[in-house]
Amino acid sequence: MTTTPLAARGPRAWWRVPQRQVPVLATLALLLVMYGIGVSQYRAFSNIQVVFNIFIDNGFLLVVAVGMTFVILTGGIDLSVGSVVAMTAMVSASLLGDGVHPALVLLIALLIGPTLGFAMGCVIHFFDIQPFIVTLAGMFFARGMCTWISSTSIPITDGFWTSAAQERIRIGENFVTVSVLVALAVVAVAAYTLAYTRLGRNVYAIGGNQQSALLMGLPVGRTKIAVYTISGLCSAIGGILLSFYTLSGAPLIAVGMELDTIAAVVIGGTLLTGGSGYVFGTLLGVLVLGVIQTLITFDGSLSSWWTKIVIGGLLFAFILLQRLVGIRKK
Amino acid sequence: MSQRHPVLTMTAISKIFPGVRALNGVDFRLFPGEVHALMGENGAGKSTLIKVLTGVYSTDAGTITLDGQQVSFAGPMQATAAGVSTVYQEVNLLPNLSVAENIFIGREPRRLGSVNWREMRRRAKELLARIDLHIDVTELLGSYSLAVQQMVAIARAVDVNARVLILDEPTSSLDADEVAQLMRIMRQLRDDGIAIVFVTHFLDQVYGIADRITVLRNGRLVGEYPTAELPQIALVEKMIGKELDALERLDSETDRDRAAIAAGEPFVAADGLGRTGSVAPFSLTIHAGEVVGLAGLLGSGRTEVARLFFGADRADQGRLAVDGAPATIRNPVAAIDRGVAFCSENRRTEGLVGELSVRENIILAMQAARGWLRPVPRRKQDELVERYIKALSIRPANPDMPVRNLSGGNQQKVLLARWLITEPRLLILDEPTRGIDIGAKTEIQRLVAQLSDGGMAVLFISAELEEVLRLSHKVVVMRDRRLVAQLDNDDTLDADRVMRAIASGAEQEGLEKV
Amino acid sequence: MSTARTRLAGVTGHRLFWPLVVLVVLLAANTVYRPSFLSVELKNGHLYGSLIDILRLSAPLILVALGMSLVIATGGIDLSVGSVAAVCGAIACLYISEQPDQNSLGGVLTAVAIAFGIALLLGAWNGILVAGIGIQPIIATLILMVAGRGLAQLVTSGQIITINSEPYKTIGVGHLLTLPFAIIIALAVTLVVALLTRRTALGMIIEAVGGNAEASRLAGVRSRRITFLVYVVSAACAAVAGFMMTANVSSADGNAVGLWVELDAILAVVIGGTSLVGGRFYLSGTIVGALIIQTLTTSVYAMNIDPQTALLFKAVVVIAVCLIQAPAFRARFRRRQAPGVPPAAPVEKQKEQVPA
Ligand SMILES: Nc1ncnc2c1ncn2[C@@H]1O[C@H](COP(=O)(O)OP(=O)(O)OP(=O)(O)O)[C@@H](O)[C@H]1O
Ligand SMILES: [Mg+2]
Repeated sequence: MTTTPLAARGPRAWWRVPQRQVPVLATLALLLVMYGIGVSQYRAFSNIQVVFNIFIDNGFLLVVAVGMTFVILTGGIDLSVGSVVAMTAMVSASLLGDGVHPALVLLIALLIGPTLGFAMGCVIHFFDIQPFIVTLAGMFFARGMCTWISSTSIPITDGFWTSAAQERIRIGENFVTVSVLVALAVVAVAAYTLAYTRLGRNVYAIGGNQQSALLMGLPVGRTKIAVYTISGLCSAIGGILLSFYTLSGAPLIAVGMELDTIAAVVIGGTLLTGGSGYVFGTLLGVLVLGVIQTLITFDGSLSSWWTKIVIGGLLFAFILLQRLVGIRKK
Repeated sequence: MSQRHPVLTMTAISKIFPGVRALNGVDFRLFPGEVHALMGENGAGKSTLIKVLTGVYSTDAGTITLDGQQVSFAGPMQATAAGVSTVYQEVNLLPNLSVAENIFIGREPRRLGSVNWREMRRRAKELLARIDLHIDVTELLGSYSLAVQQMVAIARAVDVNARVLILDEPTSSLDADEVAQLMRIMRQLRDDGIAIVFVTHFLDQVYGIADRITVLRNGRLVGEYPTAELPQIALVEKMIGKELDALERLDSETDRDRAAIAAGEPFVAADGLGRTGSVAPFSLTIHAGEVVGLAGLLGSGRTEVARLFFGADRADQGRLAVDGAPATIRNPVAAIDRGVAFCSENRRTEGLVGELSVRENIILAMQAARGWLRPVPRRKQDELVERYIKALSIRPANPDMPVRNLSGGNQQKVLLARWLITEPRLLILDEPTRGIDIGAKTEIQRLVAQLSDGGMAVLFISAELEEVLRLSHKVVVMRDRRLVAQLDNDDTLDADRVMRAIASGAEQEGLEKV
Repeated sequence: MSTARTRLAGVTGHRLFWPLVVLVVLLAANTVYRPSFLSVELKNGHLYGSLIDILRLSAPLILVALGMSLVIATGGIDLSVGSVAAVCGAIACLYISEQPDQNSLGGVLTAVAIAFGIALLLGAWNGILVAGIGIQPIIATLILMVAGRGLAQLVTSGQIITINSEPYKTIGVGHLLTLPFAIIIALAVTLVVALLTRRTALGMIIEAVGGNAEASRLAGVRSRRITFLVYVVSAACAAVAGFMMTANVSSADGNAVGLWVELDAILAVVIGGTSLVGGRFYLSGTIVGALIIQTLTTSVYAMNIDPQTALLFKAVVVIAVCLIQAPAFRARFRRRQAPGVPPAAPVEKQKEQVPA
């Protein structure tokens, strides 16, 4: 007699999709629909290379968005990513220009982001200042550093960089670039970390309720600092991929990228309040943005302002549908 | 016992919050293999003492030793590592994670460095089975009732091999059966030599299990006594600091004449009201001046019934009539318009706005009903707030204190005050005496009786059968999300009969389960 | 002596104390750099001077930040304010530029009224997305932030619309009662918002919704309506700011008007002591915050620092203001200074958190 009432609120049916996966699945379904629309409108869209190009063009965004996912899962936010990406590219370009060995450049470039991220994490944790503000200051700082290094764009001619940029990895008829592989590797590592390590689980715990996580004896401070460091590392990797992509470092590149990144993460079904979401969703979110871009390029006739309006409109349609699907499933 | 060494001593502990001296030179010691009850009124400082111990708060003065070593934990993480396992007041778990994870997070079983989910689920299921809880451990914790969450919190705390186990009001949201389970576990752990601190407002539980009692009052230590040498009356007197006079007077007053009340038109009448997946259709009438008690086990659908009457959830079957006229109550605003008030059991998420002051929390419902254009005049606010702070003895009596800084029981009183000032016609009280000290509890019961005498209809939900029986004219029994019996509270009705109805679900005129 | 000390503690403990100190330091730094900074003179019955300029230029930011305070108090955020300002400025300028007589007061008023109406619609759009459909505010307003820029450029056909209208120009640079007209507008709007929130119960209800939306709903608050309302108010404030920005330069550039003003506004709100998780909001703090940011911007221009490096300054000032206000930071600092004084209790931040 004691057991039944407490159990009364169990799962309702065996086929039911777990609630927390509904947003991701909704996104996936809508992404496929959108891709289908593209294929039906433009013949060239059905070429697999179009999909690969989406990955090629958005590899760096994907990496940065993965880092952002960690931060958002804890209920925080990192506005510095765009500037850190630019700063990393700038530093690489300028060091390479000075003739520093590419391996050393790579190492230095990969250290800058995490260091800044670590510092921001410490301020957020130890002084209890809102992440929005701290990372906004970080964004100003990194952007300021960019122009301090150089006020104009610096081209990259280094052999390693150019070969990394131009290397085509063939898959049947089509190809991808090194960046795509790096990005996918980052996604895989991140997905593993979130699902199968204590660090990852603590990230979800903090997002669920920081106070409870603290009372449960979880390392809240350490985890929070870690996510900003991870985000910094991802931005650094993203910056290097971007420098592969553009073969230059420019002080004003990737302005506003933090918003794209946040949009990708949220479209992927992650809650900004934290505690719920998946890296896979972020991958889908980046693809959604990529498909929107591609649709617009395929159309080709839009003026720059119509492009913005259409992006806004598609974003709206997508999020609206996502909500509707989500509600229905509930 | 005295020849053994205490596992834990706290000496001359003081803790000052802005404006409040929560602890003032308190001593506390704990021996291995004992259950030590920590007693005191709401706001006496029990939870604060515990949080000081586990490093949630830093002390302003005093020392703590564990096993003879002086310690000062920087936070719960260190305390847990040192073998002090705690269930804090209010469930402090993670609603966004699965039940299994809530039990094991921080010490997940791992294989080759990665979390072993299957093993974790298996062990969680096993652990919960030992306390007779058979639920799907992969579901999100947030989808379960407060009681289940509380049991999960206890399971988590018990499973770490701790030397000191602290339970801060673990039983306030539990039913008799779960309490019995918990007692069983506590005895087992005590026999294994674990030292247990147990905070509760239920005296019978204290006398059922505690070896010794420490009493706090207003942040000061009153004394430490072996349970056997401290009679109940003396304990209560030590807690409230004065002779207890009026506490037990209530029984005689509740000789209610149900026939007279039920003669007229009911205030609300539900006819086949129900909501898929929440409560099966039920019919129920509540008259003005009538107290209807809702009894049933946890998760039997008591709260869900209340939420339908209040429009917190929308009914998808059946009809509702108010004052004899059909009424649709789609949302709380509509319910409040018709004079229905609902005091939720879950004060933290559904009741209070922690950041707002006591005053603002109290007038919130009244203000919402008036619309924002017509603010409640300051003088009237002061008058109302002062009256209810006094009537419910909310402490500290400072209307401008953020409500989150109040002790658990005092928060509950604030929530109650919010609805009382709206002078509703039907007051739905979901576990109103949860976590409330014995003095205030009697006060609230008396208030309910008084209000219903004044013509207010009351729907009273409580896990304490005694309380329900004492106050209600009619007892409605829920089981498995169905209304299974309606019993008139006449001379023949006693706890036994209600228990039987809860257990078998078959008592009366065709209400039986189909 | 002891009363003097407690009074001093009362002053330094005030919420606005540190932001005001920072503002004064900024002004002092300017004065050191350029002694004429503080002088204010009366010419043709109008006040002139750097201080007055700062006030005048901060008017749009104050307006946007006021609306933003309300949105943030409900736990939301409005990224679209810059775009809304651009759209409204563009519409007003377009309408005026098409008038035969650009100086006719009636024409300007109609233009402003039309643009204001559009702003209300845009605000309602945000409100519906957030309160009606339940989209997360940052994304809901991001849509209008992106599309709004496009709309503004569409209105101006990608050009810069230049107008020559005295009445419209007044909004930005005109004077009334010796003071710049923009300041008077900002003051008036501030007063209206303050009265609306603090003389009625609106402020408390907004704070309740931001503090715990579900609890507020169960207390009978129409949470959705309140949420909807704040986005409309925010858009309305942004529109007026847009008029000022375009009137200042007598032209509308869909691309540039109000660019990044949302970040400045959010900064102003946070510097003023309002938390981004929602709940309590402080209008006076917001205004001091806006003044700090505008003073910073103006001084950086005056000192000929290039705008990108100026960002470094901004970063430093923002962090400094937030640090000295953070209880955790002050506690650390105090502990080091005076051993024996207890550190402050850990701040319990989580909003629905009501620890017992
Ligand atoms: N964070 C805080 N800030 C300010 N005051 C606080 C804080 N926490 C607790 N207090 C105050 O300290 C006193 C003791 O509170 P505590 O929570 O320890 O009481 P309690 O004995 O556990 O009561 P209850 O039985 O109601 O849970 C109360 O007056 C309370 O208002
Ligand atoms: Mg307590």
